[in-house]
Amino acid sequence: MSKKSFRQAINEALRQEMRRDPTVILMGEDVAGGRGGSAGIKDAWGGVLGVTKGLLEEFGDTRVLDTPITEASYIGAAAGAAVTGLRPVAELMFVDFVGCCLDQIMNQAAKFRYMFGGKARTPLVIRAMFGAGFNAAAQHSQALYPLFTHIPGLKVVIPSSPYEAKGLLISAIRDDDPVIFLENKVMYDEEEDVPDEPYAIPFGEANLTREGRDVTIVAFGRMVGLANQAADRLEKKGISCTVIDPRTTSPLDRDTILECVADTGRLVIVDESSPRCNMATDIAALVAEEAFDTLRAPIRRVVPPHTPVPFATVLETLYLPSVDRIEAAVTATMAHRVVEKV
Amino acid sequence: MTHDITPITMPKFGLAMTEGKIAGWMVEPGAAIKTGDELVDIETSKITNAFESPVTGTLRRQVASNGEMLPVGALIGVVADPAVPDTDIDAFITRFQADFAASSDTQSDNAAVDEPVMMTVGDHTLRVHERGEGDGTPLLLIHGFGGDLKNWMLNHAALARGRRVIAFDLPGHGESSKDVGPGTLAFFADVAAQLLAQLKIRQMHVMGHSLGGGIALTLAHTVPQSVASLVLVAPAGLGPQINMDFINGFIEADRVRAVQDVLKYLVHDKSLIGRRMSDDVLRYKRLDGVQTALRTVADACFPGGHQGDDLRPVLAGEDVPVTVIWGREDEILPATQADGLSSSVERHILPDIGHMPQLECADKVNEMVEDFMKSKVIAT
Repeated sequence: MSKKSFRQAINEALRQEMRRDPTVILMGEDVAGGRGGSAGIKDAWGGVLGVTKGLLEEFGDTRVLDTPITEASYIGAAAGAAVTGLRPVAELMFVDFVGCCLDQIMNQAAKFRYMFGGKARTPLVIRAMFGAGFNAAAQHSQALYPLFTHIPGLKVVIPSSPYEAKGLLISAIRDDDPVIFLENKVMYDEEEDVPDEPYAIPFGEANLTREGRDVTIVAFGRMVGLANQAADRLEKKGISCTVIDPRTTSPLDRDTILECVADTGRLVIVDESSPRCNMATDIAALVAEEAFDTLRAPIRRVVPPHTPVPFATVLETLYLPSVDRIEAAVTATMAHRVVEKV
Repeated sequence: MTHDITPITMPKFGLAMTEGKIAGWMVEPGAAIKTGDELVDIETSKITNAFESPVTGTLRRQVASNGEMLPVGALIGVVADPAVPDTDIDAFITRFQADFAASSDTQSDNAAVDEPVMMTVGDHTLRVHERGEGDGTPLLLIHGFGGDLKNWMLNHAALARGRRVIAFDLPGHGESSKDVGPGTLAFFADVAAQLLAQLKIRQMHVMGHSLGGGIALTLAHTVPQSVASLVLVAPAGLGPQINMDFINGFIEADRVRAVQDVLKYLVHDKSLIGRRMSDDVLRYKRLDGVQTALRTVADACFPGGHQGDDLRPVLAGEDVPVTVIWGREDEILPATQADGLSSSVERHILPDIGHMPQLECADKVNEMVEDFMKSKVIAT
């Protein structure tokens, strides 16, 4: 057990699964280190943010494949390789690039099992980084997980810490269905204790990072850390919060969310993706439908405005949910009093 | 009347503890307290413990609030006479916090010496934690089913005064490699013997808890010359009965709440089982190979839902000094299994204690073990 960054935890998961299973391969733009061109340097970077560094050296260029800058071709190739016996981990770099290969994901990989009558397995992982806060502008900062969650046949994973990232990525690689694995790019340097041994965290089982009486906060990815900070501040003011990290948006651990809301009667959802048809609306609908009678206050959503992610740092900071905004939402839901109609 | 101000700081329950969480204050600011009064519940990764006031006075401040996680030594409260003015208290807190911040910067350089190491022993990689030095006969600590060396967090350092004390993770447990071979007591005893050989220890006291007690007994049977004495804490091997709801529940539980329910069998005071302890167990159970390892051990040691090994004959001879420590309220292995042992066996049956006396009443157990080992040194 030692402290590892989010980046190292992901690298270690890839390395250990590649050692365990020779059918696991990596492909994507620059995953081998950007050695394109005749005088390229092997493993110079290990992906644009260094996540796959050192893997080319250990596994060679038959298992760590640099691809041309054509998402449609290599994501399609990865889906084909998966359905014919390999376990590819394809890296899309910025999730925003999914626009170039959505057909391969949405109409092909996600549909194979269903349309081939359950006779096809598609053990494909698509890794991509997402999220604002990196000052990477509107085309490199989106949090598109609601888009994938919307498509039946895909599993969607959003790790919230280094420990979670390693165990969830190992589960993703071992899974026989296509998995979209989304890494918030602001988190790569965050560190915590991560076991050296391989371990798998199951999908569809939410993690409670705090347990409290008053308010349930559901948060995804990096927002879990912000929700924990808000919960710690609120604890000092005598408000105790449960914080749920669903880990996967598809499958979604509905039971845990409904149980916790039944315990607390108040719900705040923190979601950094665009606010229309996002996870916050999805969970709000779930709770409104299934647990209406347990609610003691309106559901509150802490979400960005419905705009592209701004490039200007001050605006980008304002755009994202923050600890302050989560704290304010919890305080507001606590202040709500049900007024009996006369 | 005194104008002393006493800082209440995050305690260190055993050397492995580096931080703790305020699980709940039991005393309001302004309340009068006596030495020994329970002030606050502190939650560590292993256990939740009540922290007792070291002084008599008035709790003037709760510096740390419920739910806060703080390093050992950090200020959590202030005790002083009611006559001490608030401004003095504030100044004291400011000064303490500044000093603490400064000292923790320098400490981080020479910390991390007292750490477990990974050792290759035969076909296994074992996590081994050695503490203490001196002329005393060394002591080996063997944890139980599903446990790890941190089960001794409240004992290891205390027992390591004047002797080497070695704790390790059994194969299949903690951070050791996960191959448990046939999963039998004999297999584990053989691994322990190999570890001793590698550490160049000819003879030592062996303290085993639960399944580890059964392993210690097996070791005393197979390699008697290596065992100076046995300390058996709620040991396996002295009767057929075992709570299989615990064993199966421990193997199968896959959520924090389910794990927490299962772990409650371990202790009499159920409030000792915190979230973090359950989380730790869940993290261990997710490691590759653990599920298979635990199932193999359970099948080998508890066939048909009963303990398969009868080790009472090992205690029939009077060759090795033995003390047995058992919680009367043990819900996993009944304390009545300590009945009918040879009169030369020392027995301590502890009231209001469950299956883990070494955690539930660590100080008492440490004292018993220390006394026992001392008396045996004099006797031999």
